Amino acid sequence: MAMEIIRIIGNGSEVPDAPVPEGLGGKDLLELYRWLILLRTFDERAVALQRQGRIGTYAIYWGEEGTQAGALYACEETDWVFPSYRQNSIGILRGVNPATIYAWWRGYGGKLGFYNPRDHRTGPICVPIATHLPHAVGVAWAAKQRGDSVASLAWFGDGATSEGDFHEALNFASVWKAPTVFFCVNNQWAISTPYHKQTASQTIAEKASGYNMPGVRVDGFDPVACWKATRDALDRARAGEGPTLIEAYCYRIAPHGTADDPRLYRDESVTERWRPLEPVNRMTGFLQRLGILDEDKEAAIRAEAKELIAASVKEMESYTQPGQEVLFDGVYASGRPWTFDEGLEELRSVERAAEVRPVGPVPASSEQGGDV
Amino acid sequence: MASLTMVEALNLALHQAMEADDRVVLLGEDVAQTGGVFRVTAGLLDRFGESRIVDTPLAEAGIVGSAIGMSLYGLLPIVEIQFDVFVYPGFEQIVTHAARYAWRSKGESPASIVIRIPYGGGVRAPELHSDSPEALFAHVPGLKVVCPTTPSDARDMLLAAIEDPDPVVFMEPKRIYRAGREEVSEELPFEIGNGHGAPAELLSTARVAREGTDLAIITYGATVPLSVQAADELASDRGIQTKVLDLRSLYPFDIEAICSAASECGRVLVVHEAPRHAGLGAEVSSLIHERVMLDLHAPVMRVTGFDVPFPQFANEDDYLPSVARIKQGANKVLDW
Repeated sequence: MAMEIIRIIGNGSEVPDAPVPEGLGGKDLLELYRWLILLRTFDERAVALQRQGRIGTYAIYWGEEGTQAGALYACEETDWVFPSYRQNSIGILRGVNPATIYAWWRGYGGKLGFYNPRDHRTGPICVPIATHLPHAVGVAWAAKQRGDSVASLAWFGDGATSEGDFHEALNFASVWKAPTVFFCVNNQWAISTPYHKQTASQTIAEKASGYNMPGVRVDGFDPVACWKATRDALDRARAGEGPTLIEAYCYRIAPHGTADDPRLYRDESVTERWRPLEPVNRMTGFLQRLGILDEDKEAAIRAEAKELIAASVKEMESYTQPGQEVLFDGVYASGRPWTFDEGLEELRSVERAAEVRPVGPVPASSEQGGDV
Repeated sequence: MASLTMVEALNLALHQAMEADDRVVLLGEDVAQTGGVFRVTAGLLDRFGESRIVDTPLAEAGIVGSAIGMSLYGLLPIVEIQFDVFVYPGFEQIVTHAARYAWRSKGESPASIVIRIPYGGGVRAPELHSDSPEALFAHVPGLKVVCPTTPSDARDMLLAAIEDPDPVVFMEPKRIYRAGREEVSEELPFEIGNGHGAPAELLSTARVAREGTDLAIITYGATVPLSVQAADELASDRGIQTKVLDLRSLYPFDIEAICSAASECGRVLVVHEAPRHAGLGAEVSSLIHERVMLDLHAPVMRVTGFDVPFPQFANEDDYLPSVARIKQGANKVLDW
């Protein structure tokens, strides 16, 4: 099934830029750029922190910032978004303290490592695959039931489309005409499993037809195209026309995570051919061609992000290991059952071991691993 | 006051909760138009409309998962699982999300959902309609698991489960859905819909179903009335006075009630329909031995289902704890 891929940003030479979509002004483009830089800076710093043993194993999203910032920028503040672990830091664009996300990767829970989804209309970082999709549908159904003009969006990968929860969520949303956007980041790899071993469908987007909803393909390395596809889907959703499946076609340039060594299962020369398409440089070139970004402004935006992230790292490192009560805190909103009091008493009656330094699983190929 | 079966009492609770609080919604398979295969949700569609009572696609992960999302948005969803084993496709949503949302939001955004599960055997049902999966849920931190046995408990505990901010797995012993009637007050047991939650005792305490001082039978669900009958026969057969403790709350346990029954009687038999290995009877027994062993005159013993798949129904009476088996177990404890 041939399907057009929505693309706005060209390559500055033989592929021309398309016109900037309606609804995105110069200020918006710069703000979207600021978001991209912030996400990129967070991610690169996280990898460095892991290498230095200051956080644990980390799921890298380098190269996928456009799918995140572009889609989020299309949302209203009141819309709910549901990240997978690949969008782990998306909350920082919704007011979550970046230090909280770093602390989560540092292995800290409680008030240091968790945020309240309701404060940010941002789901918690979802670790099990595709299981957050029904939550997005439930939020959208509830908003519709309450008469609120609120939509929801969930990000997930190509691997997630194999899960039953993907099917159930799309089916429910479609039957209910729930205002939900299913945003699939098809980076073609689920750890070591390539796209063709994941699905026999030629595209992810074509799966939408089974649910009688639109499926669209978009260049996942093009933040503006991701914005456009998401905005169109949200407009449909808010108009009562139901959900949309977006396939953001791209490539996982980075390893799956800091404990992964892609040289074990794929030809990294292919990865290098994708690398120049990554969204930050493409957006930089696009904004320069539009005449709304110069080197000074770019440097200022990068410096601002660096400063913010550095301050967050510093804040995270000022945190100390949560006390033993954190095991029991918040498990029940209604209060602690008696078993918790006994557990805490038992813990406190013996000497506590010192905090362990974070070490993730050893890379699969330890003689090759250890660097990105 | 009205004389109600458990089904009618549950239906009353649902009407009362939905009437009092417009955040309460109910979703499941065949719950709206048909009123549920057991008729627990009968009449709700006419009264509250399809924006609050929803016939869903046939997919339990989707049902539980979307209920979690609804709860995040501020609704109070009740999920009906049609039959016990049908909950298994929704198990991941219950374990990885419903049970953990409070914890991973600093206690601030719990999944405030009720998962109603008609469970257990004795209704001559086809394969995979008769399981007792409560221990699976009682083993999952973050869930409350309760099981009413009387119509008035069913009404009050369901209202409490809806009001409670935490996810509650609400086990409904379907064998006694219509086993007997009880006068149920139509007055609300507590004020609902005011954000103050439910009185804790409705979801955490046991009930003494029969008084006695020689032997304690600790049980829950459909084996409560059987245990009471066994106790009556033990009284006439042997002059033994048997206390029957209906646990009601399967997590957390009412530890005071369990230990005081054990201490008072010195002899304890635990009865449940679920398989024995790693069943809740093992937990009751352990707690008693850990805490009040010196008050015991005999080890705690168990009469339970067997560690086999629930049989085809021609043999279900061989599997289910009967009055005869309960009495035999009681005699073993008494004569130890």
